[in-house]
Amino acid sequence: MMRIKEHPILDFTKERKIIRFTFNGQEVFGYEGDTIASALSALGVKQFSTSIKHKRPRGFYCAIGNCSSCHMIVDGVPNVKTCITLLKEGMKVETQTNKGVLYDLK
Amino acid sequence: MILNRDLVIIGAGPSGLCAAKMAAESGQKVLLIDRNPQLGGQLIKQTHMFFGSEKQYAKTRGIDIAKKLIDDVKNYPDLIEIWDNATVLGLYPDKVLTVLLGETYRKVQAQAIIVATGASEKVLAFENNDLPGIYGAGAVQTLMNVYGVKPGEKIVMVGSGNIGLIVSYQLMQAGVKVLAVIEAAPVIGGYKVHASKLQRLGVDIITSCTIKKALGQDKVESIITTRLNEKWEEIPGTEQEYDVDAVCIAVGLSPLTNLLAMLGCELKYISELGGLVPVLTNDYETTIEGVYACGDASSIEEASSAMVEGYIAGLTASKKLGKVHPDYDDLILDFRKQLEVLRSGPFGEKIRKGLAKLEGVRVGC
Amino acid sequence: MLNQKGYPSPEQVKTKFPDVKILVKPKAIVECYEKIPCNPCSTSCPFKAITIGEDINNIPIVDFDKCTGCGICVYSCPGLAITVCEVLDDKIRFKIPYEFLPFPKQGEIWSAVNRKGEVIGEAYIEKVTLTPRQDKTQLVQVLVDKDLLYEFVTIRSKVYE
Repeated sequence: MMRIKEHPILDFTKERKIIRFTFNGQEVFGYEGDTIASALSALGVKQFSTSIKHKRPRGFYCAIGNCSSCHMIVDGVPNVKTCITLLKEGMKVETQTNKGVLYDLK
Repeated sequence: MILNRDLVIIGAGPSGLCAAKMAAESGQKVLLIDRNPQLGGQLIKQTHMFFGSEKQYAKTRGIDIAKKLIDDVKNYPDLIEIWDNATVLGLYPDKVLTVLLGETYRKVQAQAIIVATGASEKVLAFENNDLPGIYGAGAVQTLMNVYGVKPGEKIVMVGSGNIGLIVSYQLMQAGVKVLAVIEAAPVIGGYKVHASKLQRLGVDIITSCTIKKALGQDKVESIITTRLNEKWEEIPGTEQEYDVDAVCIAVGLSPLTNLLAMLGCELKYISELGGLVPVLTNDYETTIEGVYACGDASSIEEASSAMVEGYIAGLTASKKLGKVHPDYDDLILDFRKQLEVLRSGPFGEKIRKGLAKLEGVRVGC
Repeated sequence: MLNQKGYPSPEQVKTKFPDVKILVKPKAIVECYEKIPCNPCSTSCPFKAITIGEDINNIPIVDFDKCTGCGICVYSCPGLAITVCEVLDDKIRFKIPYEFLPFPKQGEIWSAVNRKGEVIGEAYIEKVTLTPRQDKTQLVQVLVDKDLLYEFVTIRSKVYE
């Protein structure tokens, strides 16, 4: 488990609501306040996408919504910046292995 | 439909928040936009006490400075409108912004714009530098200090500037083992007090040393480092392998000037300021009238300077729109003095040199 | 070594200490070797014993006549570069800043550590304070052996050895 339980400066002991979601079809959970990327990291998931051409594994790099390395398919929508997108109940999160396919906004 | 707004500030980090505060104090209405779910920019992960003087909240932890600045801004609900989770997608010469606010697309016509978009972490070229588990140091700081998640158990930090040193210390506080801090230059880049804190913890700092390659199948499992000679060439036979499950890259920041470039503001490459930076007047106005830039988006410095620059840009942009702060002259004078002092020591030499180069460009054109 | 490794040489360390006779009373040892823009040590001192001046890049100067060894500067220094030192008959008493888990507790024996991070002896934890004003930086008062005057800088839990 990668969650920090005790910290000399910060308080991570507050009870937080469990948020259930799926990662590549598997049922998993994170906590309220997590981004998709932090919830996956806490589960030990390091690979979020692959490079478009050579399909090399990619994780997140910048965590500020800038570098595109964390793009995933969320609820069918590709190129979601998972490092700045908050986790929501029932989200369907998938590893992205292409440059993303056009979709219709709701 | 186009929404009309007077002053739009892009980025609610230390600089953008301070700009918004000064604008509101001037009586200027503001739309403050940030793409993150929380305001505060990179302050929200800075668990260490800040340097500088009381005027820049020295000895207060960054996380608490963020709270103060956010409270300041929320004190003006009638003047400051806040859009979080809002990414500015485009910025056009007639000062029209296109914004993805949550899942809705908005167009905003602004009268003046302050770009306080901050910076992004630089990458370093080495074999397999794209393996998952290799992170920007700031990303790791966000992951552990904002979300309470450790990036790994055993880490090597690449880069000994203040970010590298501070994040190493914070990794240790989070219970992560920092195997070494390596630095390609022959001397430590950041403040020695930060380096001393690490040495006391038994974390070795190795200068004239760089990362040669990372190894691993679908994530980083180990790295090979090599020592460098005075010409920055690899010294054969000095390779060392470290078993790691994460690597932090802390080799500097680049100003995020994409939006300024899209607008057509003149940019100049000045390595001392972090790369491509906007050409600015003394009032932090770019070469396009009514468009301002401050903080790391205008030059890479400490957060203390970013705050003061934000104050100035907030004042000058509001004045342009006809709202003059009652203490305008005194405040401007004081803020300029603060910047001068922050940049006056040996650590300010690089920034002074860079700003002098930029000044040359400005006067020349 | 400061520029390459981050720890000062023994000679540099000694420049920050007053004469041992002065240390019969507790005094602040400000290990700030480099000009950086920072002045909380000076502004936090209630006795005006630490001077930096107009230019906040100046290196702090301690007036040991005015310093009472209260320890406020110890947790006010953003660089955690200050300790308070007092030479007793058979031991030396230090007050140090500490920001790690586990927290030390009164009566415990921890390892005494030098500036390179090496264990150099033992430290008896005399007192630990953490008031809201300290903002999560603990002030730990310890006793160490007399020969560690210029060596000791921090403590480490024995759990880690």
